[in-house]
Parts: sequence; C-alpha cells; structure tokens
Amino acid sequence: MIIITVVFLLAGLFLFFAATVGFLRFPDLYTRMHATGKGDTLALLLSVVGLAIYSLYQDSSWFGVVQSVKLISIAVFWFIASPTATHALLRSAFESGVTPWTKDGKVIIDKTENGGTK
Amino acid sequence: MERFFLGISIGLCVLIFLCLYRAVWGPTVFDRIIGAGFVGTKTTILLVLMGFIYKRIDMFVDLALVYSILNFIGTLIISKYFIKKGSHIH
Repeated sequence: MIIITVVFLLAGLFLFFAATVGFLRFPDLYTRMHATGKGDTLALLLSVVGLAIYSLYQDSSWFGVVQSVKLISIAVFWFIASPTATHALLRSAFESGVTPWTKDGKVIIDKTENGGTK
Repeated sequence: MERFFLGISIGLCVLIFLCLYRAVWGPTVFDRIIGAGFVGTKTTILLVLMGFIYKRIDMFVDLALVYSILNFIGTLIISKYFIKKGSHIH
C-alpha cells in the first residue's frame, strides 16, 4: 500500500515539475497555458489519489474512509474546475488581443479584419 | 512516511518559488493570473501533506477543499474582469 502512495506522489511531483518547466520556458501565453492546464490537473489527481490510498491504509475505520472520500472529491472538483478556468482565461486573453507565437514572427490571426471578437 | 511527505513538500515549495518568477515578472497580465493559479494548485497539495505531517487530516482536508474552490473562483472572476479591460497594461 505504501509503495503505491510513494509512486503516485512521485509521479505527481514529476508532473508538477514538468508543468513548471513548461510554464517557465514556453514562448507565449497559449503554450504556457497548455503546459500548466494539463500538467496541473493530472498532477493534482495523482497526488490526491495517492494520499487518499494512504489515508485508507492508515485508518480503515469510517473516519479514514470519510477523509479519503473528501480527498477524492477535491480531485473530482478540480477535474471539472481547472479546464473551465483555463478555458475562460484563454478566451479572455484571445478577446483582449494577445497574439499567438509563430516561428517566423508572422501574425496568423488578423484582429482588425474579422476580429476574434464578436 | 512523515519524512517522505516532508521531502515532497519541500520539492513543491521549490517549484512554487520557481513559478513565482512568471507570476511576478510575466510579460502579460494573463501570465500572472496563470502563475497565481498554479501556485494555488500546489498549495492545495501542500495543505493535505501538512495535514498528514501534523496528523490533523480531518481539518486540513477541508482547508484544501475550500482553497481549491477559492482558487477556481478567483481565476474565473479575474478572467471575466480582464475581458473588458484588455491586456494593454503590461
């Protein structure tokens, strides 16, 4: 049981690390959002599931079961909330005129013609 | 096992400090918002780990749940606010 917790927590920490590296090194806002929006969600899920398993192992009375159900509910909530927040933020960035990065520096979305906004 | 949790917590703290670079000096406002949200997610895990270290998991799980809800609502409200204002303030 403990080895499962260790593996899950280390996987979560690795994903947090990967998301942070992407967040620091990617060239523009949208790619950074891509790195954090995915890495974040899966890392939280893995860490919380590992901790819920540890909570069950440590105390298998109803008290431990309730704690691990609460932990799983954090993961379920965050799995709904994090893509919603990322989507809202991305749309807000797009509508207020942040342009995507391209390799040759050319703008691929012309905001003046068809506008991006409604 | 507490020692292992402490190691994971220290690793998360290091990642939080790395993340604060973008949250403070990010080129646009939205980078700062993402940075704040990312720090908040790591803090949620950090709170649960604190609960296991201090053996008060019943209290700290509730704190972590409320913290994640507040993090979500904060990101959502700030993004709705900046739709109107635009990202011209760098």
